[in-house]
Amino acid sequence: MSNPVSDEITRSTAAELAERIHRREVSAVEVTQAHLDRIAGVDPEINAFLHVDGTGALAAAEAVDAALASGEAPASPLAGVPLALKDILTTKGVPTTCGSRMLEGWLPPYDATVTRRLREAGVVVLGKTNMDEFAMGSSTENSAYGVTRNPWDRDRIPGGSGGGSSASLAAFEAPLAIGTDTGGSIRQPGAVTGTVGVKPTYGGVSRYGLVAFSSSLDQAGPCARTVLDAALLHEVIGGHDPLDSTSIDAPVPPVVAAARQGASGDLTGVRVGVVTQFAGEGYQPGVLRSFDAAVQLLAELGAEIVEVSCPHFDYAMGAYYLIAPSECSSNLARFDAMRYGLRVGDDGARLSAEEVMSLTREAGFGPEVKRRIMIGTHALSSGYYDAYYGQAQKVRTLIARDFAAAYEKVDVLVSPTTPTTAFRIGERVDDPLAMYLADLCTIPANLAGNAAMSVPSGLSDEDGLPVGLQVMAPAQADDRMYRVSAAFEVARDAAQGGPLIHRVPDLAVTA
Amino acid sequence: MSALVDLMDYDDVLATYDPVLGLEVHVELSTNTKMFCGCPTDFGGEPNTQVCPTCLGLPGALPVVNGKAVESAIRIGLALNCQIAEWCRFARKNYFYPDQPKNFQTSQYDEPIAFDGYLDVVLEDGETFRVDIERAHMEEDTGKSLHVGGATGRIHGAAHSLLDYNRAGVPLIEIVTKPIVGAGERAPEVARAYVSALRDLLRALDVSDVRMDQGSLRCDANVSLMPKGGDTFGTRTETKNVNSLRSVERAVRFEMSRQGAVLSGGGSIVQETRHFDESSGSTSAGRRKETSEDYRYFPEPDLVPVAPSREWVEELRGTLPELPWERRRRIQQEWDLSDAEMRDLLNAGAVDLIAATVEAGASSAEARSWWVSYLLQQANLRGEELAALPITPVQVARVIELVTTGTLTNKLARQAVDGVLAGEGEPDEVVAARGLKVVSDESALRTAVEAALAANPDVAEKIRGGKVQAAGAIVGAVMKATKGQADAKRVRELVIEAVSA
Ligand SMILES: [Zn+2]
Repeated sequence: MSNPVSDEITRSTAAELAERIHRREVSAVEVTQAHLDRIAGVDPEINAFLHVDGTGALAAAEAVDAALASGEAPASPLAGVPLALKDILTTKGVPTTCGSRMLEGWLPPYDATVTRRLREAGVVVLGKTNMDEFAMGSSTENSAYGVTRNPWDRDRIPGGSGGGSSASLAAFEAPLAIGTDTGGSIRQPGAVTGTVGVKPTYGGVSRYGLVAFSSSLDQAGPCARTVLDAALLHEVIGGHDPLDSTSIDAPVPPVVAAARQGASGDLTGVRVGVVTQFAGEGYQPGVLRSFDAAVQLLAELGAEIVEVSCPHFDYAMGAYYLIAPSECSSNLARFDAMRYGLRVGDDGARLSAEEVMSLTREAGFGPEVKRRIMIGTHALSSGYYDAYYGQAQKVRTLIARDFAAAYEKVDVLVSPTTPTTAFRIGERVDDPLAMYLADLCTIPANLAGNAAMSVPSGLSDEDGLPVGLQVMAPAQADDRMYRVSAAFEVARDAAQGGPLIHRVPDLAVTA
Repeated sequence: MSALVDLMDYDDVLATYDPVLGLEVHVELSTNTKMFCGCPTDFGGEPNTQVCPTCLGLPGALPVVNGKAVESAIRIGLALNCQIAEWCRFARKNYFYPDQPKNFQTSQYDEPIAFDGYLDVVLEDGETFRVDIERAHMEEDTGKSLHVGGATGRIHGAAHSLLDYNRAGVPLIEIVTKPIVGAGERAPEVARAYVSALRDLLRALDVSDVRMDQGSLRCDANVSLMPKGGDTFGTRTETKNVNSLRSVERAVRFEMSRQGAVLSGGGSIVQETRHFDESSGSTSAGRRKETSEDYRYFPEPDLVPVAPSREWVEELRGTLPELPWERRRRIQQEWDLSDAEMRDLLNAGAVDLIAATVEAGASSAEARSWWVSYLLQQANLRGEELAALPITPVQVARVIELVTTGTLTNKLARQAVDGVLAGEGEPDEVVAARGLKVVSDESALRTAVEAALAANPDVAEKIRGGKVQAAGAIVGAVMKATKGQADAKRVRELVIEAVSA
């Protein structure tokens, strides 16, 4: 049973909703309730949410309405707008599972900095979204709580690890979401669900309270249905945090201004580099055709198109699958049943602490997490360290140099976000290497710590599924990619006859 | 238990082997907050009341380096004559143990903040032994486990264990020596003197409580033997739980004898951690590890490198206090002492006391004389350390002042000191209460002299006759009459005066 008023609310952009809430044309409570209703109606089909915090969300919305009613200025440009939070960021007193049995029932005693900034900005947190366990995966099939379905085709994956966040946007359950991106976990889900996903420059958004998978790669970022919405959210969550030593102590790049500038549709003088390494075998022809059309559109907007070779990108996947597992093997050591989370085998007498640790980790972690812990443990072992972890760090340096050389010639780099459109649920679960390929194009930016985002380029002409255009920028030049993506978004919608996201099939709403 | 251990006679060990030592000292810094979070570091709080997401290793929490701890580390490095790294990182030392909240310790591995230094250690006979320092690095302490229900208080055999994370994350500096060779028979003494000198140094730097009994200074002693005259080190053992200076010396000596017995019996030393037992003075093997521990060190990705600017390092060098050995050199010069005299003061533990007494206004000669003669005797009688006597340098200085101004004679001064030691209060209070003041009323003295001469006319006659020595008897009589509270010298003058009049 669809309700025209609440449909109209849930299909709005965050910027539109914020404007109407701040003008008091609609209350934050109404907007929140409309989204909670939508979640109740469609999420049984999608499974984007692991936990919906209706009470907390309505209370936050009421507080925004009360502040506005008393004449206060909105706490931020997004005050009153609902958001879906990936279940890897801690929320005080609200479950945070990371998609794992290991943390089932854990109630964090503290808010992540991102969570705190959202609350302070008056953003309404609807709940926590599904994900591959501890952010390891590209499909959400590694979640201990069931797969999330892609609203474009419910037999297909919504990407991963942040598939819950991207699916919630495409299913109009939330206008904004937060993801985290270690090798592509924001951008690849964005690409396969026709939504915008941004991995800010490493250090641009605090990691405090982001449950670590790979500390040197993890980066939280905004997810939305439009580039401007992503930019608005980026400015809310970004900026220096004294609690994160790796946080950059500099102002957030002016991404909102850049998105607005880009929306004027002029890219004259902008040099766009096409990475030649990201094409050929393994790429779905429909994806490449969509990409080529996108590049053509950028040229029509006045951008200067240059081919750029980044030869060491070919080694990015290998380096990533040594560095990320190495760090994860250490980061996930803390899950030992001693202080919080799952505890298995503690019969009070018979088993030692060591045995309880072992049984708990055996029961609490899924196969992909165990695989990566074992790879990482091996890669860091004495005698193997130099050949694996050490060598991977050298590759990382070379990739950063490739980027640096490229950015001397161009302002941004572009590529397809992911080699294929959304694959079918179950298709790659028994083939980890095939699963890893989904992040082929996104990993280099993580290794270099640069900024990168995915903006929908259109639908593949083969299967009618969304394709993502990846736009990358140097560290701390996030604004450049926002400008290019916003310009592209306007031109794309003009060329394709309206917002791409509105072509998501209607979902049956359970009353 | 220790009876089962075969020990070799110490002299026999030395006849056959050269000992090699390596000392690792962990120092808890006395910063207000922990190494990577804002929790307090106070000792003795209720369990798990000084914790937060970071030091509990909660999912998502991150470390931030305590700048004060880095400052202390650099000052320690400078005082130990070390190079200070221009750029260094923290590393993760990975191992599972319940008192380690993250199951890795954030430490430094191949990039310590300070390296290549030395500490000159003065032995009991005054000889100086240079101990080379390999490195000093920063790390965090673990929590504390309390194993309940076992016989040994160790995890093995315990029914259950309690964990207190108040100590988890307290800043530690680990100071590691290079192999100490050439100490020979004095190896145990060198080990003790090194830890003692290090303790004095850290105390002077005011960076740690250096309380071995509370664990704020902990020493692990690595000991090995190599054939006399050889140059290939033997297999070493690492003895932990060495909680006093005396234990350091005993543990090294015990290990030398134990290893000597094993080696000379044709056996070989197992590389292992051993546990020192205070009561028996022996070491026992810890749990034997089947495989050697692989800590899988890698650079800590949650922290940025520490890159102290040279300006800052020089600024910190300027904050170094006078170091103990510099102070000793200066004091020896200022007090004009021979090496032997200085050594006696050091051995008596009197230097600080004398210095403080001088500080309170006494001359160094008087202060020294009091502390190493009368007060040292009193300490020996009581079987106490000099510093443990219940009298302060300020009180000693006051007694000296009373003598200098003529209020007390030396004999009365000793009585005043006795009174202070007996808990009768400040020197002035003792003097008043015991009525110790010198009788300096001249007319009273003259009266006493006249009386004594009148009572002993024959002696008076002798003096008049030129036998001045005979005055002693009159002086004695006057002193007796004044209960010893007269200045004998003045009395003698008055006696001569009276006779000649
Ligand atoms: Zn803490």
